Amino acid sequence: MNEKTMKASRKWQTLFFVVLIFGMTLASSAITEFNIFHGLATLPKAGAWIFSNLLITQESLERLPTILEKLLETILMSIAATTTGTAVAFFLSLMGSKTTGTSRALGVFARFVASVSRNIPVVAWALILLLSFGQNSMTGYLALFVGSVGFLTRAFIESIDEASQSAVEALRATGATYFQIVFKAVVPQCLPQMISWILFMIETNIRSATLVGILTGTGIGYAFDLYYKTLNYNAVALVTFSIIIAVIVIELMSNYIRKVII
Amino acid sequence: MEASTYIRRGANGRITIKMGSKSERVMTWTVTLLIALTIAAFYFFDYTGLDLSKAIPETFYNLKKMFLAPALSHFTWGQAFYQMGVTLGLAFLSTILGAAIAFFLALMAASNLSKAWISKTVRIAVAFIRAVPTVLWVLIFAIAAGLGSEAAVLGMLFHSIAYLVKAFSEAFEEVDQGIIEALRATGANWWHIVVHAVLPSTFTYLLSWTFLRFEINFSVAVAMGAAAGAGGIGFELFMASGFYFDLSEVGMITYMILVFAIVLEILSTKMKERYFPAAKLGN
Repeated sequence: MNEKTMKASRKWQTLFFVVLIFGMTLASSAITEFNIFHGLATLPKAGAWIFSNLLITQESLERLPTILEKLLETILMSIAATTTGTAVAFFLSLMGSKTTGTSRALGVFARFVASVSRNIPVVAWALILLLSFGQNSMTGYLALFVGSVGFLTRAFIESIDEASQSAVEALRATGATYFQIVFKAVVPQCLPQMISWILFMIETNIRSATLVGILTGTGIGYAFDLYYKTLNYNAVALVTFSIIIAVIVIELMSNYIRKVII
Repeated sequence: MEASTYIRRGANGRITIKMGSKSERVMTWTVTLLIALTIAAFYFFDYTGLDLSKAIPETFYNLKKMFLAPALSHFTWGQAFYQMGVTLGLAFLSTILGAAIAFFLALMAASNLSKAWISKTVRIAVAFIRAVPTVLWVLIFAIAAGLGSEAAVLGMLFHSIAYLVKAFSEAFEEVDQGIIEALRATGANWWHIVVHAVLPSTFTYLLSWTFLRFEINFSVAVAMGAAAGAGGIGFELFMASGFYFDLSEVGMITYMILVFAIVLEILSTKMKERYFPAAKLGN
């Protein structure tokens, strides 16, 4: 194949790709009844609506203590789900990792559990658990917990496989027991990576907690839903604003921690 | 990282030598704080109407019914796949439009291709947009732009743009400065640099990030269907569990979502391994 035919085939490839993307966009627009021009045309109107209605007023500020309490509940729920999820994910990842895994069957089991709990969306877990647990913090907590276990197990397996191969081999050569290997080689090597993943999970969970809160009637999501449905848009603005502040503060904190430890 | 050694003789005459550094201190503090907050969380939780002795067996019964006896009763297979198509369509539209818009914004946000003040403004705006959960965007647009798929796509689009601008601009910043300088020396203008240097060397990264976002948007689209009434399979899931209390149907829908999600995950892992081994999933 000379240069010319290669160039030509590349051109066809690009063309095919562009047509494919374009076709899929059209198909998606058709099935979802989405009109891009209409969508874009409503954008300025939507922007104007947001700027004229979503204003924080004096009256809505009176609700601030209630909102902050709900926000605290949501943040605590996300943190609790992440840390307890970490404990389970740690053992699952020890089973699932090639470096520290003891048997094939356990490894497959760990990966299967992680894959199922991560690939069923958190919303689905929330709806499933809502049926038996009812409307309280526990439902949201458990939904986030299951999702966190799934995601963190995959992340931890990657970190363990990446970081601790040589340290584990060295300790094994000295005749160290399994738990000595885990706590003297794997944990110290992977701890910075793992903390980084935990912080990332907390950030993600706070966003999902809002969503889960709308469904399970807890935390800041419930406050948002309540004000939204009673058309109290000033309070909606205040809720949104407090979430923005909380998320940005937590992001800045975890960025600082990440910078120091890695 | 400054390491310092502490040598101390204890009361019983034992000498302890401890190496400490700032990073270790921060790690200890982080872990302690997280554990303390977790304990506080369980203390503060609202346990109204919770009866664990009843809830746990009930959950197992529900899970057994869902996963061992899945069935569709309120709609047909054809409708189920149609709704799945709606969800995939929402995810695809918000990803592809988001990627197109994010590409231009990322060019503005990359510090090696743009002026400092423009890059800073775009970054702050993007951080702000990212901090608002997607569901709030969708609900806000539902009133601001009228209900329907437009609200869902616009809401998801906002978050996709914020996510992709961050990922894209980081990819752009890793382009070899030498290539850009060489092109600039030949008298190439900004567009020439973008088309002939930046785009060819980052294209695979952009593609992988976009696909990764598609995978995320799929589960977001499911969630938006359930929480914001955006239609699609998520809405059916919400109806089956919240209105019909039909566990077999919930099970069937969950299976469908699971299969699609796993296929997408396998595809994106394959793509990641091929194009960028040292990938981060950061949001």
